[in-house]
Amino acid sequence: MAKAHVYPRDHVNTDEIIPARYLNTDDRAVLAAHCMEDLDPEFVGKCRPGDVIVAGEDFGCGSSREHAVWAMQGAKVAAVIAPSFARIFYRNSINGGFPLVELPDAPGHINDGDEIEIDFEAGRIHNRTQGTELTFEPLPDFAMAILRDGGLLEHIKKQQEKR
Amino acid sequence: MGQTITEKILARAADRETVTPGQIINARIDMIMCHDVTTPPAISMLQEHGVDAVFDPEKIAVTPDHFQPAKDIASAELHKRLDTWARAKGIRHYYPVGRAGVCHALLPEQGHIRPGEVIVGGDSHTCTYGAFAAFSTGIGSTDLAAAIATGQLWFKVPASMKFILQGRLPRGVYSKDVILEVIRRIGTDGALYRAMEFVGPALREMSMEARMTITNMAIEAGGKSGIIGFDDTTRAYLDEHLKDRTEYTVFESDPDATYHSTLEIDCGALEPMVAFPHLPSHGRPIGDCAGLAMDQAYIGSCTNGRIEDLRIAAAVLKGRRVKIRTIIVPATPTIWRQCVDEGLAGIFDDAGCVVSAPTCGACLGGFMGILAAGERCISTTNRNFVGRMGHPKSEVYLASPATAAASAVEGKLADPRNYLGKSKIKNQNAK
Ligand code: SF4
Repeated sequence: MAKAHVYPRDHVNTDEIIPARYLNTDDRAVLAAHCMEDLDPEFVGKCRPGDVIVAGEDFGCGSSREHAVWAMQGAKVAAVIAPSFARIFYRNSINGGFPLVELPDAPGHINDGDEIEIDFEAGRIHNRTQGTELTFEPLPDFAMAILRDGGLLEHIKKQQEKR
Repeated sequence: MGQTITEKILARAADRETVTPGQIINARIDMIMCHDVTTPPAISMLQEHGVDAVFDPEKIAVTPDHFQPAKDIASAELHKRLDTWARAKGIRHYYPVGRAGVCHALLPEQGHIRPGEVIVGGDSHTCTYGAFAAFSTGIGSTDLAAAIATGQLWFKVPASMKFILQGRLPRGVYSKDVILEVIRRIGTDGALYRAMEFVGPALREMSMEARMTITNMAIEAGGKSGIIGFDDTTRAYLDEHLKDRTEYTVFESDPDATYHSTLEIDCGALEPMVAFPHLPSHGRPIGDCAGLAMDQAYIGSCTNGRIEDLRIAAAVLKGRRVKIRTIIVPATPTIWRQCVDEGLAGIFDDAGCVVSAPTCGACLGGFMGILAAGERCISTTNRNFVGRMGHPKSEVYLASPATAAASAVEGKLADPRNYLGKSKIKNQNAK
């Protein structure tokens, strides 16, 4: 069961997810300790393993730093739900085996603190708190295949082994 | 059916006759850009996966830039990992400290960017290289690792948006003002997943340096890439800068190519622009905002740290004194040297500015010019997100080098046209 941490704003950017002052390291534990720091300094304290982030349009815009994905993975965030994602962030998430959910008007359907369950393959979210079912378009097949393998490098390795 | 320049380049890289927007393709990579933040993790991933080989040590360019020279122990460790790997793998185009510069200024200057090629880099502003009629886009560390190992990457073919830059730029208005206006019009996700193709008479009059400022900021509109067709200006630059592999393929968009949308900008009607915190799309004409007090001016970065930018700043600063902290950062060692040889460094010093070594430094809030809480900086960089140049409560205002220099002189947002006498200015956009 995941708790939703909702940031209804559009354009939550990579400088907010992991500020550049911490980019002098790629140690995931260090990055995790500063996850979302410039948007919500309380985030790390309240996020439990398996929780999800819900936000507005264009989530993850800005830098190509995959550190943004690693910070969230390190903080044990299970997924991000938003109406749309910035392109490089989208790629980095899939490549790193970190699932995303594209849900139109996500902050309109999920309130801060709601308990939700996500079925990524079926494209369904059960909002236990509100008692609602939400549907979304699952990620495209090639992206699901990369996610199932645990990321792009594992995926490439498996493809090569098959040949 | 006709194809855009972007579709033609990607079709060739994927060994196909044609491609269509939305299609997933596997493309061959012609050049990879590596720097000190995103590459060390990619190297570690490769090592963890037991992948030792690089696909082609000739097709990778490496430079530390974000925290160079190393600003602390942690960044020194990143540099050491990058250096050890680059030397062990025999990376031919490695620019260690002393030769290192801001990646997107360094690679074209050192002749590593060619028309018709597919270029990727572990940095979002890799879209800069599209100014050379190439397909170029930013990627993260996992993609970088995959590209280094295999020389290939998957791409979704982007739809193209056409931006027609009409008219002529007025005095004191530069390519930076044009791209800030484009982003103001379409928003920071106005080009999400798409290629931004720039055409038009105003563009044709711009130098390669000025064009790079435009493609540099494609990502600030959410674009996957920015691209500008080949012409005599491109050819002249390449003739001067390419050192090896001097052959390249020129593609151009067909007249009946399909575009997602077309936007015309009347460049003759533009004013100097300032993008307010905290989004690059918050542009305002200087006439609406002059007078707002600033604490720091920053002139540099991959957007506006090239020699023409420094010449423009020097034209404003010559014989004047700055009222606020003013930091000037030539983007590469070659530019730094030109800045000294042409006497610009002396002009900056006389004006009370500090001139630093080539580095990204303060552009991303790294070092060499960090802002305190509540401070405001007028900056020639490309991003003004919360905390970008320091404290989360500091503010960044984006503008051209001329506007930044004029604001440094007044200590508040200022109109550069008051400082550019008709005879004195060297307009970067006029040939
Ligand atoms: S100068 Fe700034 S925007 Fe350009 S590559 Fe460096 S940090 Fe990024």
